[in-house]
Amino acid sequence: MLLNASGCLDALATPEVARAFDAFVTKTVTPLPREGNDPTRIAETDHGLLNSIGLQNPGRERFLAVVLPQLRGLGLPIWVSVGGFSADEYAETCSRLSDVTIELNLSCPNVDEAPEAASEIVAACRAETPLPLYAKLSPALPDIADVARAAQAAGADGLSLVNTIRGLALDDETLRPRLARGAGGYSGPALKPIALAAVYVCYRATGLPIVGMGGVSTGRDALELIAAGASAVAVGTALFTDPGAPHRVRADLYKAAAALGFEDPLAARGIAHAPASQLALSKRTTNKTPAYTAK
Amino acid sequence: MLSRGRHSVLANEPVGPYRLLRVERGRAEPGIPGQFFMLEAPGRVLPRPMSLCLAPPGELDFLFEPVGRGTRALAALEAGDELAILGPLGNGFRLDVDRPLLVGGGIGMAPLPYLSEKLGGPPAVLGFRTAHHAEAAALLPGSEVAVEPGLVTELLPAGHDVLACGPERMLQAVGALFPGAQLAWEAPMACGYGACYGCAVDLDGTYKRLCVEGPVLEAAACS
Ligand SMILES: Cc1cc2nc3c(=O)[nH]c(=O)nc-3n(C[C@H](O)[C@H](O)[C@H](O)COP(=O)(O)OP(=O)(O)OC[C@H]3O[C@@H](n4cnc5c(N)ncnc54)[C@H](O)[C@@H]3O)c2cc1C
Ligand SMILES: Cc1cc2nc3c(=O)[nH]c(=O)nc-3n(C[C@H](O)[C@H](O)[C@H](O)COP(=O)(O)O)c2cc1C
Ligand code: FES
Repeated sequence: MLLNASGCLDALATPEVARAFDAFVTKTVTPLPREGNDPTRIAETDHGLLNSIGLQNPGRERFLAVVLPQLRGLGLPIWVSVGGFSADEYAETCSRLSDVTIELNLSCPNVDEAPEAASEIVAACRAETPLPLYAKLSPALPDIADVARAAQAAGADGLSLVNTIRGLALDDETLRPRLARGAGGYSGPALKPIALAAVYVCYRATGLPIVGMGGVSTGRDALELIAAGASAVAVGTALFTDPGAPHRVRADLYKAAAALGFEDPLAARGIAHAPASQLALSKRTTNKTPAYTAK
Repeated sequence: MLSRGRHSVLANEPVGPYRLLRVERGRAEPGIPGQFFMLEAPGRVLPRPMSLCLAPPGELDFLFEPVGRGTRALAALEAGDELAILGPLGNGFRLDVDRPLLVGGGIGMAPLPYLSEKLGGPPAVLGFRTAHHAEAAALLPGSEVAVEPGLVTELLPAGHDVLACGPERMLQAVGALFPGAQLAWEAPMACGYGACYGCAVDLDGTYKRLCVEGPVLEAAACS
């Protein structure tokens, strides 16, 4: 399953790009409208992108009344990225949603990301909604597997890994920060090994469904996240370069998986965890009986 | 509907300190003057926004100033190289004007040759930092040229519908003189098609996406 990363696509501006995904993930919705940060908001580096958009969004009420009904018109499953500044705020938004998957942006600015806080937020939301709940975590957590376990214990149905990681870029001449706000969230190619590590340890720690993201721009990138443990993959920054990325990544993912002997890309899920000696066995497709039991 | 394709470079020629990158048009539409394209900058993470400068048959021509890593990578392209181009994007100039006057500052003249062609060669005033930069005026024959310390705003006759592109300070000055002017603005852009919210500009007190609302805006809207 291929998704867009939250905040990296406006489905209403370019519905054809959204429809190339299996579901559309909204930009994070906060209880109150947010203007976003002052420009400059983006800065490219040699290997990634820094952004400080600042969760610009119309706020919960307008989102529910105007934006979500329009998004439903796309005919795609919708994932709503929910943000907030306290567990109650997250929970209230969750209580108002129906017929969507919820992604809790637990890597929101000013939200304490200690394991207790993440699990408190998940627990508060769990109490308010039966909808599927994904916890989106920051790769900067000291022990992301620990937080993932806590989120699972609090009732999360899945994990979204990872959000951006804090970074800074300085102007060539002035040596001052290029973003008006100073530091920003780092995404793109540089994030891929970090995302892989997060998916790898959280898969091992929880076994939960995982949306893997971070620097995916090719089918091979997507396949690696799946091998590390992702059950779905999201594309963010690569969309900015190429709105055709979902078609290309999907086609290349199937090719890359087939080239390594996997009939279906998801047959490679978690393969990075298999001991080398099991490689030959694990290369089977999910729906074929492994040769050693077929007697 | 977004359109992106790979195009081969026909030529990459110096024009004063600028470059005129001429690429094979392929199936791309040239669009409306003032619209822009996102050009793949080889080796960079993001593409770069560029206005269309000229649209001779079978070509798309971009005039740009090598100022940073991306534009320098574009400057290094040679005939036969390929690059991906997305566009046309955004809102261009309204062409239903009675007495057009084109105003350009520096590399801001980039969209004016194509605009001039569509408007049947109206008068144009261009301003440049140096005589070397002013060599680019050759792309807009008949234009009046100011070289610093001269300013374009000193050369603008009254009673025209102004269509302008240039540095922010020039656009502000032109907008103050001609509230009905159409001004083409710039902002750092990651995507160019409304996906990233990186290109925020303050319009009527709220942040809007320049790539969606502009880049061409009525002067009155952006004061
Ligand atoms: C709609 C539009 C049309 C444009 N048309 C032209 C044109 O025809 N010719 C031309 O020479 N230039 C044009 N520009 C400006 C050009 O895009 C920038 O000069 C270029 O992106 C700078 O990239 P760089 O890597 O060389 O510089 P760097 O400073 O290294 O750029 C780093 C990042 O900042 C962004 N950035 C920095 N300055 C600008 C800026 N002024 N505008 C937009 N993005 C910026 C870049 O896209 C890149 O992501 C246009 C900009 C816009 C928004
Ligand atoms: C411009 C931009 C805006 C983003 N906005 C959000 C957001 O609103 N909510 C969120 O959870 N993540 C947001 N993200 C993070 C992405 O969803 C994703 O986790 C991250 O960019 C890593 O993926 P990538 O390398 O493919 O971009 C944003 C990223 C970018 C680049
Ligand atoms: S450049 Fe991405 S929204 Fe305008």
